[in-house]
Amino acid sequence: MGLRYYLIRRLLLIIPVLIGLSIVTFVISHLVPGDPVRLAAGPQATAEQIHKLEEEFGLHKPLPVQYLNYMRGVLRGNLGTSMMNRHPVAIDLRRYFPATFELVVMSTILGVLIGVPMAMAAAVYRDRWPDQVSRVVALSSISMPVFWLGMVLQLILAMTLHLLPISGRFDPRVPFPPNVTGMLLVDSLLAVDLHKFGIALKYIALPAFCQSLFGVALITRLLRADILEVMQRDFVIMARASGLPERVVLFKYVLKNALIATVAMLGFLFGWQLTGSVMIETVFDWPGVGLYAVKSAMALDFQPIMGITLFVGLVFTTVNLLVDVSYGVIDPRIRYG
Amino acid sequence: MTVSVEARGWWGRWRAENQGLIDEWRRSFYRFQQSRLSIVGVAIIVFLLIVAFTGRYWVPYPDDSGFTTHVEIRLQGPTLENPFGTDEYGRDVFTRTVWATQTSLIAGTVIVLVGGLIGIILGGIAGYFGGLVNEVIMRLTDIMLTMPGIFLALAITAALGPSILHAMMALSITWWPGYCRLVQAQVLSIREEDYVEAARCIGASRPRIIFSHILPNCLSAIMVKASMDFGFAVLSLAALGFIGVGAQPPVPEWGAMISKGREFLPYHWSYSTFPGLAMFLTVFGFNVLGDGLRDIFDPRARR
Repeated sequence: MGLRYYLIRRLLLIIPVLIGLSIVTFVISHLVPGDPVRLAAGPQATAEQIHKLEEEFGLHKPLPVQYLNYMRGVLRGNLGTSMMNRHPVAIDLRRYFPATFELVVMSTILGVLIGVPMAMAAAVYRDRWPDQVSRVVALSSISMPVFWLGMVLQLILAMTLHLLPISGRFDPRVPFPPNVTGMLLVDSLLAVDLHKFGIALKYIALPAFCQSLFGVALITRLLRADILEVMQRDFVIMARASGLPERVVLFKYVLKNALIATVAMLGFLFGWQLTGSVMIETVFDWPGVGLYAVKSAMALDFQPIMGITLFVGLVFTTVNLLVDVSYGVIDPRIRYG
Repeated sequence: MTVSVEARGWWGRWRAENQGLIDEWRRSFYRFQQSRLSIVGVAIIVFLLIVAFTGRYWVPYPDDSGFTTHVEIRLQGPTLENPFGTDEYGRDVFTRTVWATQTSLIAGTVIVLVGGLIGIILGGIAGYFGGLVNEVIMRLTDIMLTMPGIFLALAITAALGPSILHAMMALSITWWPGYCRLVQAQVLSIREEDYVEAARCIGASRPRIIFSHILPNCLSAIMVKASMDFGFAVLSLAALGFIGVGAQPPVPEWGAMISKGREFLPYHWSYSTFPGLAMFLTVFGFNVLGDGLRDIFDPRARR
């Protein structure tokens, strides 16, 4: 009962957030100066041609009417048409999003794989050198300009040592695996093609590593504090007093309880990485939503910008909802309210 | 007793009245000294401030901060004359990196100040008045927090026209929600404290309660966030510069320099490596300081 009621309420709450998001984005993108139509029409366009283009995109109508028209389209899954290349935004998003999703998921996994052991080492050897090292590593990795780090890694690993490809998503000489999900790692696994899987893994390694650093820092600091807190609880002392081996105490008693807050933060981390993909994708020429946003913004093409903002907002809220629901699975003590 | 206090002048009176506050500061300062990392952070920041504001008087080639061309030495590696090498116009990268420090520090300050002020005012209003006002402001904050900030900043800057001023404006506009939520939560809890109740009972006006009782007590949390945030503001500005909507040539700016230098990889590595290092040092300094401040002010993290 509790879970179902909670889910329905949370799903209903997404609607006002999305409406608000669309209004704010719409207002901002229409209030800023700059003439997208003139830019799209080209410098040689006559006043008549510009007028015609404005009519085609409904830009001569008052703003509230434009907004309602836009939202009517959104409800039908139509996010408008790009003014530059006349592609439907929804179709472009469907093409670019899997690449970004793949990158964000991979970097989240990497962040957890690196961050959790670092946090544990820091907590167990508190105030000794592993703690200091993990603190400096965490602080350095959030202080690193991601695009600069990406560039330096490209310079060392790709251009000098030739270990990894410089940029892009897949070897241009090899045909893509058959398109099922749009995520190359998943697609190549579905086609049972380990060679292509290896290629895709090589291409995603650098961008995913750079993207994961923020998560590494966040998880390290947060989890360390939580482990230290849980370690002082009575049941841990009890477990130790009963003579359980330290390994069992750490993994079964402490880590399980300390990880809850970290899982809660994964939703935030996911959203953060979606936003951060702008930089990573620019550096690594990764054909995802971030690169799409940069190109659209440079061309003052506001339909894609609106579409991307709405879509990313929707993904972000959905992921947060999933994370909130998953609490109950990890920690049965939590009641949905 | 009264005589001796008056004999010490306004300074003595102030000290007598604020003994508690002074002791609190002393304790904070002591704890601050204890954490070695914070001292490192302060040292880095002081060094950067000195570099930023005296740099223009001692850099080897002050003219290179603008449009100058020395074709004969373009794109050279580090030498004694040009410790960080030269760029595609033969300008000294060291000069430009030092020059850009000021740009970044000022821009970061403006973004955090403007964004922080908007957030503090909105959050203070929402927390203190509650009810419908709170609902409206906090829902707007939620929406802004859902919004992918840099996408929006990117779009705004592109529309206003690429320039460092517009990038600063766009970032300031998208910067406030975090502060709003922080201050609102703080005000909500402080509002119920006894001393606020006492102030209300003796008839203190609302602005007085907000500005001299509630906000000063939020200050430590705001300071920690601002310090951590400052580095992030510098990074965001550089990110916009890197994409190409931030600082425009010939203004020296780290992000734009890194982006330009990337075109000349791998042969002219020094061009974009050193501005990146400078930026890393800056952001690292502020993050380390913020980490230290949090250890001092946040009792939960003080372990």
